[in-house]
Amino acid sequence: MAALGPRAERTRLAAAGARSATEAAMLSGQPLKDVIKGRVFLALLLAALGLALLGLAALVIDAVIDGRSMLSLDLLTNSASRISPETAGYANAIYGTILLIAGVLVMTVPIGVGSAIYLEEYADRTKWWNRAIELNVQNLAAVPSIVYGILGLAFIVRGPLDLGFILFAGSITLSLLVLPTVIIAAREAIRAVPPSIREGSFALGATRLQTVRRQILPAAIPGIATGVILAVSRAAGETAPLLLVGAATFVTFDPTVFGDNGYTALPVMIFNNAKQAQPEFHVLAAAGIVVMLVVILVMNSFAIWLRNRYEQKW
Amino acid sequence: MQKRYDNKGDRVRSSRWLMVTAFAAVLAFGVAACGSDDSSGGSDLSGTIRIDGSSTVAPLSEAAAELFQEEEPGVKVTVGTSGTGGGFEKFCAGETDISDASRPIEQDEIEACKSNGITFEEVQVANDALSVVVNPDNPVVCMTVEQISQIWDKGSTVDSWGDVKGLEADVGDETMALYGPGTDSGTFDYFTEAINGEEGVTRSNYNNIGEDDNGVINGVAGDQWALGYVPYSYVEESAGQVKPLQIENPESGECVAPTVETVQDASYAPLGRGLFVYPSGEALQKQEVLDFLTFYIAENDVITEAATFVPMTEAQKEESQKKVDSLVEG
Amino acid sequence: MEARDAIGASRATGAGIRPPRSLQAPSGRYGERAVEGLLALCAVLSIVTTTAIVISLLEPSIEFFREVPIRDFLFGTDWAPTFTPAEFGVLPIVLATMVTTFWGLLVAIPLGIGAAIYLSEYASPRVRKIVKPTLEVLAGVPTVAIGFFALFFLRPLLEDLLPFLPWSGPQAAGVAGLAVGLMIVPIIASLSEDAMSAVPMGLREAGYGLGATRMRVATRIVFPAALSGIVASIVLATSRAVGETMIVLLAAGASPNLTVGFTESVQTMTAFIGQTATGDIATGTITYYTIFAVGLLLFLMTLILNMISIRLVRRFHEAYE
Repeated sequence: MAALGPRAERTRLAAAGARSATEAAMLSGQPLKDVIKGRVFLALLLAALGLALLGLAALVIDAVIDGRSMLSLDLLTNSASRISPETAGYANAIYGTILLIAGVLVMTVPIGVGSAIYLEEYADRTKWWNRAIELNVQNLAAVPSIVYGILGLAFIVRGPLDLGFILFAGSITLSLLVLPTVIIAAREAIRAVPPSIREGSFALGATRLQTVRRQILPAAIPGIATGVILAVSRAAGETAPLLLVGAATFVTFDPTVFGDNGYTALPVMIFNNAKQAQPEFHVLAAAGIVVMLVVILVMNSFAIWLRNRYEQKW
Repeated sequence: MQKRYDNKGDRVRSSRWLMVTAFAAVLAFGVAACGSDDSSGGSDLSGTIRIDGSSTVAPLSEAAAELFQEEEPGVKVTVGTSGTGGGFEKFCAGETDISDASRPIEQDEIEACKSNGITFEEVQVANDALSVVVNPDNPVVCMTVEQISQIWDKGSTVDSWGDVKGLEADVGDETMALYGPGTDSGTFDYFTEAINGEEGVTRSNYNNIGEDDNGVINGVAGDQWALGYVPYSYVEESAGQVKPLQIENPESGECVAPTVETVQDASYAPLGRGLFVYPSGEALQKQEVLDFLTFYIAENDVITEAATFVPMTEAQKEESQKKVDSLVEG
Repeated sequence: MEARDAIGASRATGAGIRPPRSLQAPSGRYGERAVEGLLALCAVLSIVTTTAIVISLLEPSIEFFREVPIRDFLFGTDWAPTFTPAEFGVLPIVLATMVTTFWGLLVAIPLGIGAAIYLSEYASPRVRKIVKPTLEVLAGVPTVAIGFFALFFLRPLLEDLLPFLPWSGPQAAGVAGLAVGLMIVPIIASLSEDAMSAVPMGLREAGYGLGATRMRVATRIVFPAALSGIVASIVLATSRAVGETMIVLLAAGASPNLTVGFTESVQTMTAFIGQTATGDIATGTITYYTIFAVGLLLFLMTLILNMISIRLVRRFHEAYE
């Protein structure tokens, strides 16, 4: 909770001054009981954070150890191979995942943020249909990913949209899957902007749209970015719905967004490799997990940078 | 570029350049992504072949696809694993060219194909030996179908090795841990029919390891008194972690171990099975699909070795080729 | 006192935290209306999605319930739709879903909120800038990877740590639950941390100025103020845990045992759907329609769960301005 900027520094000094005045007048320093409680509390917090990070570290290290014999830059340039797994790579799968996620970003960010703005700023919450939308969005977050796969197969690949087994259909299916996450996170971010900001803006004569564009959205960007990071990360790691909407498990050429030659994604290939009987494929799967983590990190880094830039303390 | 101030009075750089750069990047990426990739004009053949279906047969199709694409780089072959049922559904809707299947096509699916005008043939591409496996430290070597059925039949109360009657080895009364593959798999269907007499008839209290057949290998390898059943490739690739039992042939009464030879001469019974693909008549009108299937059958030895399956006999290869040819003409 | 009464009054009327009179400048700009319409359309898309999901689930479910009586389905204790003869009692897989979700939340809520409080109240900005994205990487690990991690690493580790439990077989409900919990920690941690960071500094400074310890400020001032965001993150994480497919499929198994044991292999509703939908079952059979019936049941269960949670959230939402 460190402060930034000269104005915030003044406030911090003011608070510190008030605190020492209070302490001098009313308390005789901090009682030992409080100090101990404070230390124990901090220890618990650090334990919680530490366990979470430990879990992640164990996962990563486990994958690196299992896959170390195959970890090389060849993984990024070679195609899948059934005949010679020692020289196999994930090139086409990485490209497929990147394309899928690009599609997800293009669709979820506008629609997700738009829905959130509508629900928070424009919708009259006393009207039942707005409450129904709110309940609906929350419920959609709980639908298993495989049901989205069934939905995609019935309505996007076939049915009204009838796109066929193209990568874009996979993108749409994944977007629908993670849209509730973006909406919920964006709503919380917009809700967290203090009402005084809004009221001040209205008082100065701004319209609602201007207020949203100039005041609310920039303030809510960090929260929205978090939601997008979580959503995109999940979309990138999903296997089951993609299998249903036509992602292949063996592709040796680069896919295109609208082409119907076939496509694949990293998690699908990793899963397929892990299921094989030959132990070389298990090593390949572990190496694939490492590749996946790197891809996730790179994909999230832009949103993280954006979030850091627009961070602000009220 | 206007200089703007945030609500704390500090200067904020305009993000306009950021937006422009991001937009340009997206545009460039979109052009690259949507651009049609050129199919190599060098070789004669070009086109796409879509294969989908069972994940058991998929390794064979993948090996075939890879080798075929080396010879014909202009052809794009993709293999999916939506499962035998999912594969047939897409196949009978005309969405795939070839369907991988670890079980024969069922009546509902035949009718779906008929109503959409899809003709097909059942073409064998490999043999498989369903193996009953135990831990290498287990003294049992051979079992009869009756004994296995005793263990696996519906309502079986066999809990320990001592409950199985007539074993030739001395196994005392150790608790038997059972492992089996997913109950929605062709392996399950075949095993229950061959051993218990009817598909789907089985005891319910065993470890159903689900998706990944490696789970059976791991389970049996880790427990001296465990027993499970898996396809041949997993046994072969387990490098001695499990021991396949010899099965007493119901007709000859001899104990037969699952090997390439015993599966090919059908002495490993009743757990030897064929693995099939179903090409459609429409797809075979395309030259590349016909060439691919011919390649698949002709190069059977290399393909089955890569995927660790039992190759076809010459007679089986001829039969498969005949079926393909009849579908092309018919 | 008056402010609190006013807030209480406005809460009672259900008008939310908005002031009773609109301060918005009346606008003759039709662009505003157009934008509002566009945004409403975005929100309506979620309704369209739900309708599509319900439609794609409903028809095969109706076919299913033509053959299988609802009472057998909802109250039966034997789940064996692929066996002969088939049994369609759904209780084992419902219980399995609840058990794995329970263990998941048991792990994720303390770890997530603890991490969030630390990052928001105690950590320096530099630490926060590194640790928060690192935690979010956990959200991006493919679920298949977490599933295999649970199977090959967590399970042996837990058997070593807790040898007194009746371990048998490589798949265990509790282990799968813990793995699911690990996966949803970033959801709770990151969103809660955002909610806590958004609490105005003024509240904290008032607390410090009055001599409160950091722990007291964090737990008595910041946490309640951010409660709406924290609860939203927990609800989202619960939804995610209930809907998780791959981890439970790999780590909990496919044996539909009716049990709450930590070490037992169980099959959750999602694992059943995931396995059967990508398995070899012929489409158009009753066994296949089971997928849709279970999917519909899951949908309705989470709907009820979310209705309850929305009521709860509304009660706890604190307005501090």
